[in-house]
Order: sequence, then C-alpha cells, then structure tokens
Amino acid sequence: MSNLAVLPILIPLLAGIFSAFINKKTKMVRIFSILVSIINLIVVSYIGYTIFQNGSIILETGGWKAPYGIVLVADMLSILLVITTNIIAVACIFFARKSLSQQQESFYFYTFFFFLITGVSGAFLTGDLFNLFVFFEVLLMSSYALIVLGGGKIQLRESIKYVLINLFSSILFVTVVSFLYSVVGTVNMAQIAERVQEVEQKGILTTIAILLFFVFATKAAVFPLYYWLPKSYIVPNPVVSALFGALLTKVGIYSILRVFTTIFVYEIDITHQFFLWLAALTMITGVIGALSTNNIKLIISYNIIPAVGFMLMGIGLYTEASISGSIYYLLHDMVVKGTLFLIVGAIVALTGTSDLRKMGGLIHHYPVIGWLFFVASLTLAGIPPFSGFIGKLLLLQEGLAQDQIAIVIIGLITSLLILFSMIRIFIQAFWGEKDDTITPNRVKSRAYAWPIAFLVAFSVFLGVGAEYVYPMVEDISAYLLDPSQYIDSVLKE
Amino acid sequence: MEIITSMLAGILFATGVYNLLQKQMLRIIIGTALLSHGAHLFILTMGKLKRGKPPILVEGVENYVDPLPQALILTSIVISFGVTSFLLVLAYRASLLNETDNMEELRGSDHE
Repeated sequence: MSNLAVLPILIPLLAGIFSAFINKKTKMVRIFSILVSIINLIVVSYIGYTIFQNGSIILETGGWKAPYGIVLVADMLSILLVITTNIIAVACIFFARKSLSQQQESFYFYTFFFFLITGVSGAFLTGDLFNLFVFFEVLLMSSYALIVLGGGKIQLRESIKYVLINLFSSILFVTVVSFLYSVVGTVNMAQIAERVQEVEQKGILTTIAILLFFVFATKAAVFPLYYWLPKSYIVPNPVVSALFGALLTKVGIYSILRVFTTIFVYEIDITHQFFLWLAALTMITGVIGALSTNNIKLIISYNIIPAVGFMLMGIGLYTEASISGSIYYLLHDMVVKGTLFLIVGAIVALTGTSDLRKMGGLIHHYPVIGWLFFVASLTLAGIPPFSGFIGKLLLLQEGLAQDQIAIVIIGLITSLLILFSMIRIFIQAFWGEKDDTITPNRVKSRAYAWPIAFLVAFSVFLGVGAEYVYPMVEDISAYLLDPSQYIDSVLKE
Repeated sequence: MEIITSMLAGILFATGVYNLLQKQMLRIIIGTALLSHGAHLFILTMGKLKRGKPPILVEGVENYVDPLPQALILTSIVISFGVTSFLLVLAYRASLLNETDNMEELRGSDHE
C-alpha cells in the first residue's frame, strides 16, 4: 500500500529510460509518451484520492526505518502539486509534437521531459532534505538539457548563465545541509523539525534558515535573486518554457513553504517579517519588468515574478487563511503560467515574431487562441470568478486582518499592473485592423489550441469549482500549521 | 583537525568565488569546481573527523566514524562531476557559436 508513494517518481523515470531506446522512431516515441503521461495522470489522481480518504502515505525506501533511511512522504500538499504537475505535463506533451521540430524531438526531448517530471515529483514527495537536493539536481540536469535543445546562438549564451546560477545555488544547498547536519545531526525533515525545537542556541539556526531561504529563493526567483530568470526562460522552445515557467520556480516556492512551516517556525518575527518585505519588492520589480518590454515572451516571463511575490506574502503572514491563499495561488499559478507560455509560443509560431509592435488583428485569423488568451489573462490578473481571484482575495483579506496595509496596497497595485500588461498584449496583438495579406494557418492553430484549451478548462475549474477545491486547500493549510502531524506521521513512535 | 579543514574549505570558497567573478568562461568553470570541492570538504568536516576508524556499525566495533556524511559526499561528488562536464561542453559550444568566451560580451541586449 505505501509503495504507491514511489509511483509518481518511478513511472516517468522508467518512461524516460525507455523512450531513450526507441528515440529513433519518432512516431512511436510520441505515442508512447502521450500514453505514459495519461497513465501517470490517472495513477497520481488515484493516489491523491486514497490520500484524501485515508491520510498521508509514508514510504520508507529500502525498508530502512524512518530517521535513518530516506522517506517519501506523500501528504495532501505534495500529491495535489504532483497531480497539477502531471496535468501540465499532459498538455505539454500534446503541444510538443506540434511545436518541436523533428530534429529537436530526436535529441531526446521526451527522455529529458520525463526526467524533469521525475525530478519535480520527487522534490514534492521527498521527506529528506538531502534527498530534496538530489531531486533538485535531477530536475536541474534535465532542465539544462532541455534549455539547450536546438542550440541557437542566443540560446546557448543564456543557458550558460542559467546553469551557472543554478549550480552556484546547488553548491550552497549542499553546504547548508551540512551546516544543519552539524547542528541537529540528521537530514530527515521530520526529525530536523523535532530537534530544532530542542536546540538551545537559536542564533545559528536562524543563520541556517536564511541561507536555506537564499537557496530556495534563487530557484523561486524572489527579489533580488530573480535577474537570471526572464531572459533564460524565453530562449528555449515554447513547450520547454511552459514547463519551466509552470514547474521550476514553483518547486522553489514549495520548498520554502515546506521548510518554513515545518522546520523553522520558532522565530516568526524575524524570518517571516523578512519574507513580507521581500514579497513586496518581488511584486513591484517583477511587474515593472513586465511593463518595460514589447517582447511578448518576455512579458509573460516577467509575470512569473510577481506571482512568486504573492505566494511568499502568504507564507510571510503565516496564518491559516494566508497559507491557504498561498497554496491556492500556487495551484492556480502553475496552470495559468503553463497556459500563457503555450499561448505565447503558439502566437510566436503563427506570426513569426515576438515583437508586440509588429502584430495586430490576430483575433480575425485565430479567434479561438485569442479568446483563450483573454480568459487566461483575466485568470492571471485575478478577475472574479477565475482562480487567481480566490488566492488573491484570501491573501489580501488576511493582510488587512494582520494590519499589513502596505503590502496589501502593493499587492492591489501589482494586480492592476499585471492586468494592464496582459491587456496590452491583447489589445495590440489581437485587436486592430484585419490584415488580409496573411493567410491564417488554421490546421496548425487548431492543433495548438487543443492543449491550451485543456489547461484553460482546468484553470477555470479551479476558479468556478472553488467550492470543491477550497476545502482541500483549507485542510492542507491547517495540516501545515501543525507540524506535529507531519512529524508524527513520519516518525511514528 | 576540524579547524584546519574548515579553514581550507573557507579558502576554497574564497578562491572559488573569486574565479566565479572573472570574465573568462573557463575560469568561471574552475571557480564552480573549487566551490564544490569546498562544499564537499565542509560536509566531511561537519561529520566530525576521527582518524583511523571505520564508518561501519557492527557488533564489536565501538568507535566508528559517522557514515552519513561520506554517503552524502559521494552523491554530491557524482552530481558535481556530471554538471561540470556538461558545463565544459556547453561553454565550448557557446564560445564557438558566439565567437567569444568573455562574459562581458555575452551580456546580450534588449533588442534582439
């Protein structure tokens, strides 16, 4: 029964290895990847169902008892994120066959795609800090391979920066883990959480907490560590950008959420207050970046950053409602960022340019993509009844309740500016005079529209179906704020 | 002994960061390699250094070295080995295509 927890890691890993062998037969590998992604989605949904029915699944790998061996902890939060990851994976795999060139597919795209999913799922599921590092490396290694896929001049140039910054933060991660090991003598997250409460000199722990935050903040693109993100996310193929935008920064946010609700909760005044300031700065700088450019890929890419700010704000406020807001926003943002990167990828592929000033009147040629983009923009900006609204409402309400007026105002202004940056794309690219010289490529646009519509539908469900999703999120939030539940479930004495 | 190795790790970190801030690509890669050596040495030190003891726990052996840091280092070394070799290839290709290995010239502009 507990072996279920390893399946979300094992299935994509095996699929990745197998697809490397049949790589030469492009058609076969396509069908194979689509089948495996769908099967994986069904399997993780089933695991999710069992977890919500019967509670967390703990797997002690290799039969080693909890604090000594590596544990996989599939609790409600992890499995919900794994399910969302797999939904995005399914949409991306359908999009990939239309958007990648034959040559790019033959450079083991599917293999690295599955390894990326392995790494992301593993990072969500692991209950061991060093193992988290290992899964970070798994997903980073596959992301390195994916980002250079195709290998253009600019692409390679930006990849180097991406690899270097991630390599640096990974080295720092190892160092911090060894620091923590020397203080508490364990790398099992539950046991760390237990022992942190007993350590008498909290000063060293706060240092470690901030260092660890620095590591995760680099991955999550929090101010001032976001500068590497926008440019490196726009150079690869749209599918790869969508995967990165939807999954990679969110793994960083998830790690912050996990570590700073389970382990480092003894000095909320210092660490969490610090988060609030960073959240505010992240929102402002990100949205200014989005307004500063005419490159539509870059606009979407910059819009990742304010979203990270919103999620960090919820962690900083540290109440039940604000944590649920963060989790809701996290789920919403994974889906909507994936959607937007795919739409923008489709627009760029159809028009041949990413410069906003050279576009216009696209709605006459591609109405479906146009309206999908409109819905996705409203979702991103948080217009009711779409899903961004619910997360933001929870966060801002709680901010007011906690008397953090400054950040609430900044949050509201940011939302408005996000809406402005998205509507600017809609007005300039989609509205305008019909250009009769262009012959629309309807077959191609239809192929692009299906996976996007799938994600938009899911995103709309997150908003309209909040009645079903919100109780789950509320449970998770209560569970996160009571670390003893996590500790007890892992180290069942 | 711990103090000496910690200082050595510190020196490795310092030289690593210094190299990381250089403009030439190869130096940057050497910098990351030095940094990872520093980190590995650090893990070893954190598990406490005791000379001549086996890292095993069996009946009869009462004095043993903590085996966990050694396992962690091994994992970490393998990973940094892989990443470094990847980085070397990437840097080679990127400098060939861009016709420079100076990071200053690889900054890129907003209008492309």
